Amino acid sequence: MNAPLRRVGVVVMVLFGLLFANLNWVQAYKADEYRNSDYNGRVQVAEYERKRGIIEAGGTPLATSRETGGELKFLRSYPKGEMYAHVLGYKPVNLADTGIEKSENEFLAGTSDQLFADRVRDIFTGNQTAGGNILLTLSPRAQEVAFKQLAENRKNVTKGAAVAIDPATGAIQALVSMPSFDPNPLVDHDSKKAEAAYNQLDNNKDGPLKNRALSEILPPGSTFKVITSAAALENGYTQNTQIPAGSSYLAPTAGVPIRNAVPSICPEAQVTLKEALTESCNTGFARLGVTLGAEKLKAEARKFGFEDEDLTVGRLNDGGQAVAASRTGSMQTPDGRDDPPTLAQSSIGQNDVRMTPLQGAMVAAAVANNGRQMRPYLVQQQLGPDRTTDYYTAVPKELREPVSPQVARDLQDMMVSVVQNGTGESAQIGGYRVGGKTGTAETGGVNGDQGWFIGFAINSAGVPVSAVCVLLEDAGSGGSAEAARISKEIMRAVIADRGGR
Amino acid sequence: MPRVRVAAKPRRNAELALLVLAMAVVAAYAATVEANLLDTVTLDFWVPIAAVGAVFLALHLVVRFLAPYADPVLVPAVALVNGLGVAFLRRLDLANAVPEERADFAIFSGTGGRQLAWTLASVILAAGLLVLMRDHRAISRYAYTLGLAGIVLVIIPAVLPAKYSQVNPQSDAKLWISVGGFTIQPGEFAKLALLVFFAYYLVRKREVLSLASRRFLGVDFPRGRDLGPVVVVWLISLGVLVFQKDLGTSLLYFGMFVVTLYIATERVSWLIIGLLLFFGGAFLAYFLGSTIGGPFANFYTRVEIWQDPYGDAYGAGWQPLQGLLGLGTGGLFGTGPGGGQPTQIPEVHNDFIFAGMGEEIGLFGLSALLVIYLLIISRGLRAALAVRDSFGKLLAGGLSFTLCLQLFVIIGGISSLIPLTGQTTPFLSAGGSSLMANWLLVATLLRISDAARRPVESGTGPRPSGAPAGPPAQLHGATTEVIRP
Repeated sequence: MNAPLRRVGVVVMVLFGLLFANLNWVQAYKADEYRNSDYNGRVQVAEYERKRGIIEAGGTPLATSRETGGELKFLRSYPKGEMYAHVLGYKPVNLADTGIEKSENEFLAGTSDQLFADRVRDIFTGNQTAGGNILLTLSPRAQEVAFKQLAENRKNVTKGAAVAIDPATGAIQALVSMPSFDPNPLVDHDSKKAEAAYNQLDNNKDGPLKNRALSEILPPGSTFKVITSAAALENGYTQNTQIPAGSSYLAPTAGVPIRNAVPSICPEAQVTLKEALTESCNTGFARLGVTLGAEKLKAEARKFGFEDEDLTVGRLNDGGQAVAASRTGSMQTPDGRDDPPTLAQSSIGQNDVRMTPLQGAMVAAAVANNGRQMRPYLVQQQLGPDRTTDYYTAVPKELREPVSPQVARDLQDMMVSVVQNGTGESAQIGGYRVGGKTGTAETGGVNGDQGWFIGFAINSAGVPVSAVCVLLEDAGSGGSAEAARISKEIMRAVIADRGGR
Repeated sequence: MPRVRVAAKPRRNAELALLVLAMAVVAAYAATVEANLLDTVTLDFWVPIAAVGAVFLALHLVVRFLAPYADPVLVPAVALVNGLGVAFLRRLDLANAVPEERADFAIFSGTGGRQLAWTLASVILAAGLLVLMRDHRAISRYAYTLGLAGIVLVIIPAVLPAKYSQVNPQSDAKLWISVGGFTIQPGEFAKLALLVFFAYYLVRKREVLSLASRRFLGVDFPRGRDLGPVVVVWLISLGVLVFQKDLGTSLLYFGMFVVTLYIATERVSWLIIGLLLFFGGAFLAYFLGSTIGGPFANFYTRVEIWQDPYGDAYGAGWQPLQGLLGLGTGGLFGTGPGGGQPTQIPEVHNDFIFAGMGEEIGLFGLSALLVIYLLIISRGLRAALAVRDSFGKLLAGGLSFTLCLQLFVIIGGISSLIPLTGQTTPFLSAGGSSLMANWLLVATLLRISDAARRPVESGTGPRPSGAPAGPPAQLHGATTEVIRP
């Protein structure tokens, strides 16, 4: 019986050979496919093995992680709920991540190359490496005021945005989009619950998931007159140059005349440039635009940051959330000549001109900072897991110089006049030089017009403290005055947070 | 055919040294698991290792005195696999426990603790079998009793209501006897009982089976009355498939029978008939599963999943797919003991333990594990080649091949070489029945290898081991080689 036994031995060898060959196939040849399969939950679980870092601003923790005892070891939580939602974003289990949670994911998760040394050290000390921490530029007080004032605005507007920037550095002091959402249910470890919460927000017609401050562009209305003014000042005009105005202006070839908001505004045939801005004289700026021409107007807007498709807000050296490009639109006929009717409309921020609230704040900031526009940023510092090692500290960067210091000072004077004598009176702050520009853009929407305000505050030492843009969508009449009032509250909060400096 | 040369040395000290080495590997594994899972090595890690180590040492002593010539590799090799199984199951418990409770997780709680207790009981039982069975030929006296018991054990779960025979609600296999929270898998023991019966029956019938046959289509067919038991066992194994929905077990019994038949008769025709019948049965089951469903639907689904692992990824394919993904994630070197996430695979402590370990010890670790298994099987086959009586040859050969077939079915199943059928992985999977039955298998192999390696006695004096003198009553005239015409 030994011969068949030996053959059985051969069969055993063959069967084991097959097993061995197949294991090689699965664990060596196909390993990468299996390791990175969408069905493989191991990668995801591994991500939750390590404690994700904290996101904080001004000493206030905004995103934290706590141990659960479950398979996914750490649950992300956002103690401030809706207030910071659009800045922080969220880091869900199965959905896509957004905001700072997305742009700083590697550092927060502790997988960043920068933290390599920490991970190596922790292998030897046996500590579980935690993720790094992110410190934001936000002023908690300003953010809180911006959120509350927007949410409880006196016009009962449901959609809008507010952005505040430090004009001297570009550090973002507040960034709110309304309506907001609570990110906590979206990061629930029960992915069915998280998905349901997401779908509910996604189906909401007011679009709470949209970041209106960065990614929505809307007609800026009269706030655009600041740019038209800048174009004039750069082309030989002064604050006191008399420009033609009047109660009505019918541009060549236009069918419908441009009128002022109310008949009492600049009915005179001529007003100074400063008066035109102070009173928001539509006919004056429409004529001015047609006189200057489309090229000059568009070039000026570009100098302030319009048409910039590459701007991101996050760290200054890399990454961050993308910002939608603001547009001037076409003001020319197809054969390249100026089209007076659209040019006239565009000069007062109508027609195809579109702007993000961030862009509005950047325009005001550049004016306040004597013509130097700083690149906006949100991440002040990257701190290591131990909170002592500094991996990155923001060094403010100049983005561009839209106007000369002289032109900037003229614009400052004109905008201060708007707040002191004109349409932006509700933005006044005692002891500060506050300048601004209101805007009401006719969109033909159900509830009427967009209410805008862009403005800045300069302290008694001449240092710009804050530049703000507030937008109230479909606000109807008086929307821009309410936006000016909210801007004032935000700037006051910034001033209080800086200890009056 | 030249005789197999075996050393006439007891080699017990070699066994002891290998056993110490095996325990050292297991201890290192358990310590690494704790270091990875708890970030510290508690003083508890060695307690389970010491417990299994002590009982393995006791078994070694029993072998040293009652089976001094037994193969010295068998006990250490099985001890290594069994020890790793206990350590891995404890690792699963630690992963499932709340973090705060991990450091002081009781030794005998959870699946790992139960496996530890079962290991102690099984090894003691195996030692007991060595004490009782001084000569393997003695069990041939109970061959018919064991055969009947085997068939009864196979059938019991099929006829019991699901309440008493279906433990795992996810799979609808009826394999258990479950009374009052206590479950056994009778099939594991039936395997051994049936094999003893096969070996005995075939040794008695081998001459008629190999000689008295009719030639048909170039193949020698045995006479109908000799073919009877074959068909009966084939039907039983198909019955197992149909009523217990367990293809693996039916394949195992059937393969076991065909191979012992082949070894006994040395006729390849038996292999051909066996393979034809098996594939015919399997194809029929697949065909019936795709057309009428019913009890065959399960088998059909498994073939479908085998062909396309992603096909029903969130349904029936979830477990096999997660097993594959675990193996793939482990890659060549694995994530290290305690470093992976074997709990991603449902029921990883059972059928999929090999995939769970594969994620952590990688291709190299699994290859080493396969080599250990191969070592156990080859030592069993060596005993079969060297032992002088036909019953011992058939029994040792059949047991070794059964072990091989079981490993092939389950490991081939989880690594998607063949369609998945539920089987335990010998000595690794959680489960008392499987562990106990396989340790009894090892005890039997130890006994046969002792007889095989014992020096041939010249005189007729009393045997040193105290085995009954003289030829066994039932196997008179059973010679080693058959003179064929």
